[in-house]
Amino acid sequence: MVLMKMKFSFQKRVKLAQALWLLSWVASIGGAVTFTLGVFLKTELHRRSEVMDNAEIHAVPNTLMIVGLTSLGVNFFAGRMCQDALDASRFPRWKGLLQPYLAVAVFLALVMLVAIVMSYAMKGSLEASLEVGLRNGIRFYKDTDTPGRCYRKQTIDQLQMAFQCCGNTDFRDWFEVQWISNRYLDFNSREVKDCIKSNVDGHYLVDSVPFSCCNPSSPRPCIQHRLTNDSAHYSYEYEAEELNIYVRGCREALVSYYMGLMNSIGAGVLSIFLVQMSVLVSLRYLQTAMEAVAGQENMEMETEGYLLEKSVKATAKEFRDKALTLLQLNQEDTMSGGRNPDALS
Amino acid sequence: MSASREKNNSKCFTVSKMAVLKVKFTKSKRDKLAQVLWILNWVSVVTGIILLSLGLFLKVEIAKRRELLSDRQLQVVPDMLIAVGLIACIINLLGGKICHDCVDTAKYLRWKLLMLPYTICTFFFTFCILVGALMCYNMRGQLESSLLAGLNDAIRYYKDTDTPGRCFLKRTVDVLQMQFQCCGSVDFRDWFQIQWISNRYLDMSHKEIVQRLRSNVEGKYLVDAVPFSCCNPSSPRPCIQQQVTNSSAHFNYDYRREELNLWRRGCCQALMEYYSQILQSVGLTVLLIWLFELSVLTGVRYLQTAMDNVLRNGDPDSESDGWLLENSLAETARSNFNIIKNLGKCNRVDTTDDDPNIDIPSTSQEGPGNLPAKLIPATS
Repeated sequence: MVLMKMKFSFQKRVKLAQALWLLSWVASIGGAVTFTLGVFLKTELHRRSEVMDNAEIHAVPNTLMIVGLTSLGVNFFAGRMCQDALDASRFPRWKGLLQPYLAVAVFLALVMLVAIVMSYAMKGSLEASLEVGLRNGIRFYKDTDTPGRCYRKQTIDQLQMAFQCCGNTDFRDWFEVQWISNRYLDFNSREVKDCIKSNVDGHYLVDSVPFSCCNPSSPRPCIQHRLTNDSAHYSYEYEAEELNIYVRGCREALVSYYMGLMNSIGAGVLSIFLVQMSVLVSLRYLQTAMEAVAGQENMEMETEGYLLEKSVKATAKEFRDKALTLLQLNQEDTMSGGRNPDALS
Repeated sequence: MSASREKNNSKCFTVSKMAVLKVKFTKSKRDKLAQVLWILNWVSVVTGIILLSLGLFLKVEIAKRRELLSDRQLQVVPDMLIAVGLIACIINLLGGKICHDCVDTAKYLRWKLLMLPYTICTFFFTFCILVGALMCYNMRGQLESSLLAGLNDAIRYYKDTDTPGRCFLKRTVDVLQMQFQCCGSVDFRDWFQIQWISNRYLDMSHKEIVQRLRSNVEGKYLVDAVPFSCCNPSSPRPCIQQQVTNSSAHFNYDYRREELNLWRRGCCQALMEYYSQILQSVGLTVLLIWLFELSVLTGVRYLQTAMDNVLRNGDPDSESDGWLLENSLAETARSNFNIIKNLGKCNRVDTTDDDPNIDIPSTSQEGPGNLPAKLIPATS
């Protein structure tokens, strides 16, 4: 039971080979584009790596880069093969290579698909990583004199200004953390002493936010300190105020930015995947059609091409058996150490 | 041989020995020149597109800050570059066609009358490119004065977020100060001299505020405070915006020694540096394009004169001379001046004029394609 049989006249075979050659070039460019997209995504993720706790999300751009590079090689060979396909004398030398080559190529195309799925699936991991990273960033905001943490303040400030966000979940995260270093607190002041005494851990907690939370679109000069206190500022209502500081949290802002990026990249990679699959399908048809011609007297006769000789199940079983025998062969080799590998066909 | 040819020439003119930079052209040399010029003309189309895009880029950069740069005169330079770029594309497309046809004498006859006007147009437009480049470098002074005025106005109207037409100035200034890492027009002290907090947000019943308003001559609320956009994120301590000059108002703070708290650069300087860079690169590119166009112009002139001489000689395969100017610079200037003078004279039939060189009834000889008639030298 042959899978998806198609008849190919000589003219059709020639046209198929030409179309395949062109497609392989397009797919090569697609592979290069995939690689570039992977590099771009990696650079973007690296730029904000200081607010990410782990680098798990980097698996997506890494996969894209590997797939892009390998697809360049795959499509180069596809182009060479289809050039030789129409010449019956040159085609046989590819004969032995084609089966494993197609298996590897299909596997790589599937990896491309996996990369796209990963980019959606890893949203949760990205969010968790950002949650921890931002929490630490806010906690160590004041430690500009501690080596290893002295640039956290600058990073967080620039992040909040660039992404127009404030805090981790929202601006209230700044109320729960002491973000003003003790070096700049006057411990002789009554206010400071009261504030510290009233806190269990002895932290100086205030309902203020850093300047980087300020929204330039606000019609009034930015109110950073005593945000929840309506009477502290003239004509100010904390509940109704929307434009004063950024209301969005930085985690949400970063996740939506990266998801948007990965969505567009995913759409591009999906179309490149489709092109790649069409290359492989055409190559398979060309291979099977040419194999039928081989050894025949009339080179221009009509032949049949197919995707799989047996049904999907039968082919899978055959493949599995072959793989197992290969594995067993290796095992026996290592165990006995030097048995003749030609014993098995 | 050439002397006898000259004698046979019905138009009876002599090649002046004083031609500027005369070069002999064989048929193959002419063909090669035509081919090279054809390629160069196509390259010139590309450079014309580059000029166009440079003009557009400059226009966009100025338009981005149009709230701070209100001077209309600043639009002249980018508009000129755009116009010159467009003209370059058109002229060089035409030139490419002409040069391509120069190889075949039959085809060349079509363009014969157009060659000299084309050369003159190319000369003028090359001159325009040079003017454009020089204006680019000159624009800096204009830009600076416009920027200073614009920034001062913007800072003055910072608080007027309820006045239509000025309501976005606050946002513009804040975003500008954050993006260019600058504060104020000249420096941060500019904020101390104007009232940037609107009266709508001042509690007039508060004693301190009333006192401050009274102490100012114009009744303005002036404080030594700056907006949040002046804050420098690189500062190790949380930003001090209020009471900036008062060292005792903040713990462990010395106004004179503090360098990282606020941006120290003025926005005028920051923007000028940014625009100077752009103008310098644009000016340099335009100058390089001008040099390239000059070489194309020289080639076209040589080709035009060589082809004209071939036609005069009658034999399309013969050698001919090419030159930049037929006579010396002074002679050419004088004869051109005479042409212009006589153009005027030709409009009124002047019988008192007994210059034998002017054929009064027919104006066709006054046309630019008919140089030989004019260059009847004083040999005569």
